[in-house]
Amino acid sequence: MTSARKQEPSEWAIDVRSLWKAYGDVEAIRGIDLHVAAGEVFALLGPNGAGKTTTVEILEGHRKRSGGEVSVLGYDPEANDRALKQQVGIVLQSTGVEQYLSVEETIDLFRGYYPHPLPLEQLLDLVGLREQRRTRVKKLSGGQQRRLDVAVGLAGDPELLFLDEPTTGFDPSARRGAWEMVQGLKALGKTVVLTTHYMEEAEYLADRVAIMVQGKIVAEGQPGELALRDRATTVCFRLADGAPSLPRELQAALSPGGAYSLATDSPTRTLHILTAWAVEHGIELEELTVSNPTLESLFIELVGESSGNREEP
Amino acid sequence: MNSLILALRQVRYENRAFWRNPAAAFFTIIFPLMFLAIFNLIFGNEAVMDDRGRTFSLSTFYVPGIMVFAIVGATYTNVAMGIAFSRDGGLLKRVRGTPLPNWSYLAGKLLHAVLLAVLLVVIVTGAGTLLYGVDIPTNTMPALLLTLAVAAATFCALGLAVTALIPNADAAPAIVNASILPLLFISDVFIPLDDAPIWLTTFADVFPVRHMALALHAAFDPFATGTAFEWMHLLIMAGWLVGGVLATLRFFRWEPRR
Repeated sequence: MTSARKQEPSEWAIDVRSLWKAYGDVEAIRGIDLHVAAGEVFALLGPNGAGKTTTVEILEGHRKRSGGEVSVLGYDPEANDRALKQQVGIVLQSTGVEQYLSVEETIDLFRGYYPHPLPLEQLLDLVGLREQRRTRVKKLSGGQQRRLDVAVGLAGDPELLFLDEPTTGFDPSARRGAWEMVQGLKALGKTVVLTTHYMEEAEYLADRVAIMVQGKIVAEGQPGELALRDRATTVCFRLADGAPSLPRELQAALSPGGAYSLATDSPTRTLHILTAWAVEHGIELEELTVSNPTLESLFIELVGESSGNREEP
Repeated sequence: MNSLILALRQVRYENRAFWRNPAAAFFTIIFPLMFLAIFNLIFGNEAVMDDRGRTFSLSTFYVPGIMVFAIVGATYTNVAMGIAFSRDGGLLKRVRGTPLPNWSYLAGKLLHAVLLAVLLVVIVTGAGTLLYGVDIPTNTMPALLLTLAVAAATFCALGLAVTALIPNADAAPAIVNASILPLLFISDVFIPLDDAPIWLTTFADVFPVRHMALALHAAFDPFATGTAFEWMHLLIMAGWLVGGVLATLRFFRWEPRR
């Protein structure tokens, strides 16, 4: 195998600097930096149209970049190097396999493209398709086809696996199954890059996440830290009509909207004032909840800030 | 692994998948035989005598036209539809993300198409010989084989090239059929163009179908006295072959148009 195009060795499995991509006048990616360590599960989050898929497709070698530097396992994916493709597994959002082959024939066909494929039996177990091994692809359910996609992506025993929205359209139990599978991959020491718009998926699976909005990375870090960073706890409740107005020092923390919602950095104090006031006036605070900041709320804030909440189906 | 071995391996899987699609497999095989049977029902199968007193069954003259039809179906139509559907389903894009060389994948598809064409030619001539007393030419056999080979290669290349004009799988049948069916009618395949206006034959001569038909009719003509190599027709087909390859290299898309 030629490795003439191998670049400077990098400590990162993926090293992206100032990546930029334009389609005509439309800038899909506007100068992003990404670093993914070997053995890490990295999630790229973002609303539809944020540039996640374009980014991943550039890393996979499916698209050419307009600018910046990209290194994947030490190779430039644009060079279309076979040595790189042998070490990378790709599970795209919508890819097909031959409808009239069986599960094991499909896996075997793809295993044949790689120098050191994973054994068929191991792949069947990893994706839980052992019982369907002789079933034609045509007859598999949507979730089973998606699992076959993953098996095909893993066929070559890749160092690095790209999963583009791996559980979109899954029911909750199938999603759990897929998550266990990704954790199994992590245990095998694989580097996994996944895109998703399910926050709980990123929280559950990812060592690190980056949130992408309108072609830019707007936040990056460990999911737990990221959610907590500089952000307030929320106290929510409802008041019956005709209740007296809240104490003055809570007024400032009120978010606009129907139900009452207080954002606070000192939830104990806020709760104390609130409940003391309620008891004094003999008011029951209906549906009282205290919630820690979540990745989801951060995501919604960030997406709202940068895009004016342009929602796509 | 050697990329030729990989291409041959693709053929095996292509073949397996092909025969498991019963509708496609059935009609690909049955249509040419159906034509043979229908021509015999309509036009009969009387003996034809040449000036030296040799006689041949009329069915012998149906066979080259059916070969044209079979080759176009197995190569042009089959390849164009297959690629359009695989591209729409994301199969091409997936294959491109693997170490399988692009050309090994395409070569696998084309080789399978050629094998299918060979099978159809054998079935049609075989059935013609057994059922309708068709005479398989011997003098002109080299010309027949060469013509079949050039024709199959040409229509494989054109099948690949035309996929650039197909936006999505839904449009594939319409575009493929619209580009080939009219030509089959105006190219001396089944209907002789003896009484057709000059402009029509001139128009048909631009395209490769008529050259394939005329070359095959000549190479399958039991009255032929020479070796029946129709070099002019072969050359024009070869021109289309080169054009198809160049167009493919330039315009072939691995991903569906969005």
